[in-house]
Amino acid sequence: MAAANAELIGSEIRLTGKWDLAGLAGFEKRIEDFSFEGIKRVDAQDIESMDTAGAWLIRKTFGAVEISGLKPEHALLVEMIAAPDMKEGAVPGHFLERLGKKAWGALHQSWSMLSFIGEAASALVRSTKIRWKPIWHNLQHAGFDALPIAGLLSFLMGIVIAYQGAEQLSRYGANIFVVNLVGLSMLRELGPLLTAIIIAGRSGSAFTAQIGTMRVTEEIDAMRTMGISPMDQLVLPKIFALLIALPLLTVYADIMGVLGGMIMASFSLDVGYVDFIDRFGASIKLSAFLVGIGKAPVFAAIIAVVGCFQGFQVSGGADSVGRQTTRSVVQSIFLVIVADAIFSVIFSLVNL
Amino acid sequence: MSEAILEIRDLCTSFNGALVHDHVDLEVMRGEIFAIAGASGCGKSTLLREIMLLQKPGSGSIKVFGKEVLDLDETEALAYRKSCGMMFERGALFSSLNVMENVGLPLREHTSFSQGLIEEIASIKIELAGLPSSARFKYPDELSGGMRKRAALARALALDPELVFLDEPTAGLDPLSASGFDELVMHLKESLDLTMVMVTHDLDLLWQVADRVAFLGDGHVLGVGGMTELSESDHPLIREYFYGPRGRAAREQAWKRK
Repeated sequence: MAAANAELIGSEIRLTGKWDLAGLAGFEKRIEDFSFEGIKRVDAQDIESMDTAGAWLIRKTFGAVEISGLKPEHALLVEMIAAPDMKEGAVPGHFLERLGKKAWGALHQSWSMLSFIGEAASALVRSTKIRWKPIWHNLQHAGFDALPIAGLLSFLMGIVIAYQGAEQLSRYGANIFVVNLVGLSMLRELGPLLTAIIIAGRSGSAFTAQIGTMRVTEEIDAMRTMGISPMDQLVLPKIFALLIALPLLTVYADIMGVLGGMIMASFSLDVGYVDFIDRFGASIKLSAFLVGIGKAPVFAAIIAVVGCFQGFQVSGGADSVGRQTTRSVVQSIFLVIVADAIFSVIFSLVNL
Repeated sequence: MSEAILEIRDLCTSFNGALVHDHVDLEVMRGEIFAIAGASGCGKSTLLREIMLLQKPGSGSIKVFGKEVLDLDETEALAYRKSCGMMFERGALFSSLNVMENVGLPLREHTSFSQGLIEEIASIKIELAGLPSSARFKYPDELSGGMRKRAALARALALDPELVFLDEPTAGLDPLSASGFDELVMHLKESLDLTMVMVTHDLDLLWQVADRVAFLGDGHVLGVGGMTELSESDHPLIREYFYGPRGRAAREQAWKRK
């Protein structure tokens, strides 16, 4: 199989070989170095085969010169290929223009987020019946199914805290304070935060992907035409389900975390289980537990609202679903941590 | 006259125990427009998917360009896929790429051409498919159904295949776009010397574009031939298909044009 070739013979160029995608590989480079000064004629009678790519290359490079010897079917092809109109369509704008568009986009996004929260709230006020079926369904998927991963991660977190504390505490002979360390940090901060982050990654992303795909396939529109409000059918049950599931998961995570800390304490600090539990009851106030649990519903609302909102922001196709899902997870984790920081400030102001 | 470019012998496929293809035999000649018709769910699209190696049949043989395609190895399968183009029913355009990038993607993957040349070739294909040049920078979700089909056809033609498969090329198009598509298919076949195999329900397309039609039903090929020939068949399923109210109208239309 002969590759496409062009030979210069006097004032004539002789074209040979296969002028198709396979034969033209690498030929483009060579043809660029050609000088066409003084060329009178192009002889194409030895071209073996040709496709549109080859026809276009011939027309593009030798268009101005007389081409002879083309086989009739090849001539037809060269004739048919009109020079495409290559004027640029989408020109990227000026730097300032793009900056402005970005800023406007961000502003617009937060505005529509606010109006989404408003819509959800008004749907909540207006809703006359509670749709239990989707709530149960979401409870199962976002709550119950998350038990193993939430439990395992908190358990490991408890072990890590106790282990890290062990070295410092044993240096001062303050082994028993590992109970305060593990108890307070798990119950007040890490239990709720860790669970919220797991659920944001697990369920927030699922909410966005589900609603987003339903938008792409026009299922949301179909729902609207049937007089079913997507807000009532899709969003509220998800919010309710997370409001119930996240505090419960947080309690479970607290227990598993403390359990992890307890096991580690008995291993590396010689604090027995009985001592640990005694000390736990004496030094950890109920308020520490309640402060942690109190944050969970707020985190739940953030995750569910952001997840659903980003789902409704999907437009177009698969690409957009992916983008909005990423955004949903990043945004909900970000907002959860911001909310946690605000809680810390408030709690320290009221001395909790 | 001409040799067979696609030869299916004794093909059997079953889904969950239901026999979809029961010893199907088909032959497509070089340079013809071959249509596969039949009621919904009779395995037409499955047949296309099997030819394009997207799905494995139970047994039988599929020969394309005289070569058995069912036992090709990886490299041979790649070469085979490059020599065929497929247009999917719903376009299957990549939503993150604009039309030009969609059409240019196979070229970028399989040739060493420069970006500029790829864009030029892609533009030629887009124009061949009858899209205005302003459509090149649009994304699939900004296109109408008809334009999406044309863009999908342009992408199927990107690598200058000899054999093009069209799955329901006119489904979901308005009559005007559909008849535009009829003409486009014939024009492309003439000018690019293509062989086309299409699966379709569109009776107008069958009457006016297809050189030969195979009618699938009950897992068998119930009849193969020109439309006139096929419409005279006395198989009950074929008669039902062509002599329903819509079938008759399309037939009259075809006679009028002739």
